[in-house]
Amino acid sequence: MEYPDHLKYTEEHEWIAVDDDVVIIGITDFAQKQLGDVVFVELPEVGDVLESGKPFGVVESVKAVSDVYAPISGEVLEINEDLPDEPGLLNTSPYEDGWMLKVKLSDPDELDELMDADAYQELVEEE
Amino acid sequence: MMNQARGLVLDELLLFERSRPGRIGYSLPEAEVPEVLPDAELLREEIDGFPELSEVDVIRHYTRLSTWNYGVDTGFYPLGSCTMKYNPKINEVAARLEGFAAVHPRTPEPLVQGALELMYLLERDLAEVSGFPAVCLQPAAGAQGEFAGMLMIRAWHQARGSRRHKVIIPDTAHGTNPATAALCGYEVVPVATDGLLSLEAVAAVMDEDVAALMITNPNTLGLFEGQIREICELVHQRGGLVYCDGANLNALMGISRPGDVGIDVMHFNLHKTFSTPHGGGGPGAGPVGVGERLLPFMPTPVVVKKDDSFALDTDRPQSIGRVKGFYGHFGILVRAFAYIRSMGGEGLKRATELAVLNANYVRARLEGSYHLPHQQRSLHEVIFSEAGLANGCRTLDVAKRLIDYGYHPPTIYFPLVVQGALMIEPTETESKQALDDFCDALLAIAEEARETPEKLRDAPVRPRRRRLDEVQAARSPKLRWLPDQDAAEE
Repeated sequence: MEYPDHLKYTEEHEWIAVDDDVVIIGITDFAQKQLGDVVFVELPEVGDVLESGKPFGVVESVKAVSDVYAPISGEVLEINEDLPDEPGLLNTSPYEDGWMLKVKLSDPDELDELMDADAYQELVEEE
Repeated sequence: MMNQARGLVLDELLLFERSRPGRIGYSLPEAEVPEVLPDAELLREEIDGFPELSEVDVIRHYTRLSTWNYGVDTGFYPLGSCTMKYNPKINEVAARLEGFAAVHPRTPEPLVQGALELMYLLERDLAEVSGFPAVCLQPAAGAQGEFAGMLMIRAWHQARGSRRHKVIIPDTAHGTNPATAALCGYEVVPVATDGLLSLEAVAAVMDEDVAALMITNPNTLGLFEGQIREICELVHQRGGLVYCDGANLNALMGISRPGDVGIDVMHFNLHKTFSTPHGGGGPGAGPVGVGERLLPFMPTPVVVKKDDSFALDTDRPQSIGRVKGFYGHFGILVRAFAYIRSMGGEGLKRATELAVLNANYVRARLEGSYHLPHQQRSLHEVIFSEAGLANGCRTLDVAKRLIDYGYHPPTIYFPLVVQGALMIEPTETESKQALDDFCDALLAIAEEARETPEKLRDAPVRPRRRRLDEVQAARSPKLRWLPDQDAAEE
């Protein structure tokens, strides 16, 4: 299982890459393993405004359909256009090619509530 | 190609593949009037590859397929959450009585007194079982019963001028509940549980924006919500109502009445608890039991008794109106009534006790070999997780291997709150011998997972088709046959 050090993590098993006030969001290696083979991804549209804790999209695997919750609040700047056509990217490359959204933060303080790689790894190992 | 039998295992071509040019399945007599061709623009375009077949080709095709069907009449069907109990054939005899089977829904009331009386009595019986003052038989299935119930709750709030817009749903509720709430225009407030919903968890989110709580009891883990009475009181105190998903009523029937603990409205699944066929074998039925507060809002028409005759009452100004054409799936109502009256009150109670006993027997035999995520006492169904399966075997592997042992697999990967759920609901209609055979198969599979895990990973090996590629099927489904598609792929 991979836990890249430069990322932040949530209890909902998402990762966030922070670059000043712009973040990139995806789901973690653990999340994709739990889901199994992903067959469908639904993302918001560019310009949509995310509210922390509310669902922003849907990931469907052969096992289940799951909401994906916004780890932070902000406006969607860009989405990964490849994902809807190639949902398997979430399985093969969760931290790189399987990224989901690029979002402009509206409340940078929300980042303080996220976990670092060590804390997240601990959480996963407890599950 | 001509004869597809291989021993006793049939293989079946698609009708498209069986087609031969010029073969027909009908012959019309010579027309006695001049032929008239419609305008060219009205003619349908030729369909490429449209099958040409004789009557016997078509009959054999569908008859062969029908013999592959797996149902509760052919074997044990332990599908958790679905309650695949045996449907006694006396139900079918009753539904085929000419006075029920041939009655037309527009027949004047004086000529269908028997049908109206049956509906009236069934409403009374369901009311007695559930503890609600009234029951509406119209909804076509459980989900529509939920919908009707939530529309009544919305109408109640609207009549009071309330603008509440949220509905609380615990993570142990049935999956249709959030969809129903959303369809009725409500925002869903999810509540995480550790298996049972606590009063504190409800108190934390029950504010003046919340119109209702939707709860499944026993919940989808098969656990009885022990604080249900206190939870109902709290929701009522704070101005909300309580919807109960009654899909699991087969675990309470004759023992506990949802209407007595403060539930305001609940649907029944006649095709679960009251032994009528599930979809495919016939339409379902999802009547709703309605508490005092919601009586004025019940769907119309309502069957009423005047002196010694029965009539349909539509004069209910606050009603949410009709939710289904005519009076619901009447044939299903007849079957449920036949079941209730042939079982009797004591029989229904005994069915509940045996359903719970059977599930707990399976639990006791498998505990130790399969991981039990919730230790609380379960009722009519039992859920194991995939934790502890040896050599990384998964729930899917167990399910596929069960097919080799001759069983329809149980529900898997539901409920979502259990990792790799294996959800078994044996129902009361199985004998101890049937349960032992099934448990022996599951115990043998757990042993195989330890000793020869490849047997699970390769399963199923005995059916005509091996393990299907679910990922490929979901990512690039082929939804229709195309001419020469096989040739094009080769």
